[in-house]
Amino acid sequence: MSLFSSRQPPAVADGGARYHESTPVGIEIHGLRRRFGDKVVLDGVELVVPPGQTLVIIGGSGQGKSVLLRHIIGLETPDEGTIMVGGLASTDPAMRERYRVAMIFQSSALFNSMTVGENIGLWLVEHHVVRSRPEVDAIVQERLAMVGLEGTASLMPATLSGGMKKRVAIARALAMNPDLILYDEPTSELDPLVSDTISQVIVDLKARLHLTSLIVTHDLRMAFSIADRIAMIHEGRIIADGSPEAIRADSNPIVQRFIAHQNPARQNPHRP
Amino acid sequence: MNGFLNSIERALRATGEALFLLAAATWECRLAPLHLPKILAQMAEIGAATLPITAMMSLFIGGVLSLQTGSTLADFGIQGTLGGIVGVSLVKELGPVMTAILLTGRVGSAMAAEIGAMSVYQEIDALKTMNISPIRFLVMPRLLSTVVVLPVLVIYADVIGWVGGGVVAAVNHRINIPFRLFMRNLTDTVHFDDIVNGLIKAMVFGVIIATTCCYVGLQTTGGPREVGQSVTKAVVFSFVLILMFDYVVTRILFL
Repeated sequence: MSLFSSRQPPAVADGGARYHESTPVGIEIHGLRRRFGDKVVLDGVELVVPPGQTLVIIGGSGQGKSVLLRHIIGLETPDEGTIMVGGLASTDPAMRERYRVAMIFQSSALFNSMTVGENIGLWLVEHHVVRSRPEVDAIVQERLAMVGLEGTASLMPATLSGGMKKRVAIARALAMNPDLILYDEPTSELDPLVSDTISQVIVDLKARLHLTSLIVTHDLRMAFSIADRIAMIHEGRIIADGSPEAIRADSNPIVQRFIAHQNPARQNPHRP
Repeated sequence: MNGFLNSIERALRATGEALFLLAAATWECRLAPLHLPKILAQMAEIGAATLPITAMMSLFIGGVLSLQTGSTLADFGIQGTLGGIVGVSLVKELGPVMTAILLTGRVGSAMAAEIGAMSVYQEIDALKTMNISPIRFLVMPRLLSTVVVLPVLVIYADVIGWVGGGVVAAVNHRINIPFRLFMRNLTDTVHFDDIVNGLIKAMVFGVIIATTCCYVGLQTTGGPREVGQSVTKAVVFSFVLILMFDYVVTRILFL
């Protein structure tokens, strides 16, 4: 099987993109290096993610997890190395023209001056993907239902709880029908109950949409419950990479220490 | 010495980046018809925020100009020329400059704060991930609406300033010039070219305000404290640039 999707670029007509279904894309990262001042944040990252896989990247704070995601989506430019998304460099504007890559930020990054519905429908409206307001509203309602937030379209983000904001951010990402979805610490600053709700939403979406997903987290409960594969990043390098079982059994003392510290006895609430 | 050279380097880099932002936003103006609702909303917001305070400011500026100039002219018995002096001063200089300064404080600061907060809270990054250009989405509507609204506000300020000057000239016992005489002298002295040149000045100031405030907002990193610092920086830079370009544009247009 080819690593990358063979999907043709979306047709653009009348200045707008066609609203088609998601087609998962693969990612290839080779020799990725990035430093900020004197600090080396990414030090030769090698990572290949086939289309449709859910990869969870774990690691402690400040180890380069979020920076890696920002490179994949093209918000940062590497000092060295290559990042290919669906065969195109992540920094190439053609990549974002061709593939729809969505990211859920740690802070949710909702537009505070817009309602929940406007946030979710923004991509559709700005790219003239659908022409009529009722169509946009229908898609917004559908995506809200997917994350269990029916009837909240008219609310302002400031009135939502942290967990609701995260789910709105996921709904906003889903409105793009993304080919690749990146989650940056989706359960950070949430209590365990809300954190489980978010995990469940991600598990449901995975079962339903089969998207390529990259999830950055230091929450092992979540990581082991939703991952097809887990990679651990430490001091800017991938030091372990494999199935959840393989990661549990990994002999690397840093991996073992990280897992032990996160209390593995409480893990795996969703795994069948 | 190194610190001084670094400051110069930073200033040159910021100038280059701001000019690039202006060029990019100007290029995006070709898509303005597709973003008309957003642009009109910006215009309405700028107008609604500024109209009452512009009226009050220009009424008093016209009044004080009339009072100070009129009483000096009265000493020489030539207060009949007051209308022309007040009219020309307002149209050529005080109308555009004072309205631009007011707009910077009232609207430019809000632009820098809003865009700065969006930068800090990753909303700008979110736009980029959705393949929505922040320049098209945020800067272009603000640039266009400021450039269009500021000249309109200047006309409004000029007229109210004239009225303020005329009323003071009429009611002040030392000056004592009938309102109609004041206005006749004003309309005889102020030429259409003066008004147009004042409006050109206003458009230049509009470009300065929108570009400076959006640029400083987009450069904001950190947290709420840095947003506050960005607002101060945007307002101060805008004031300085308005006054500098006031001289440059005056030199080009009027002399």
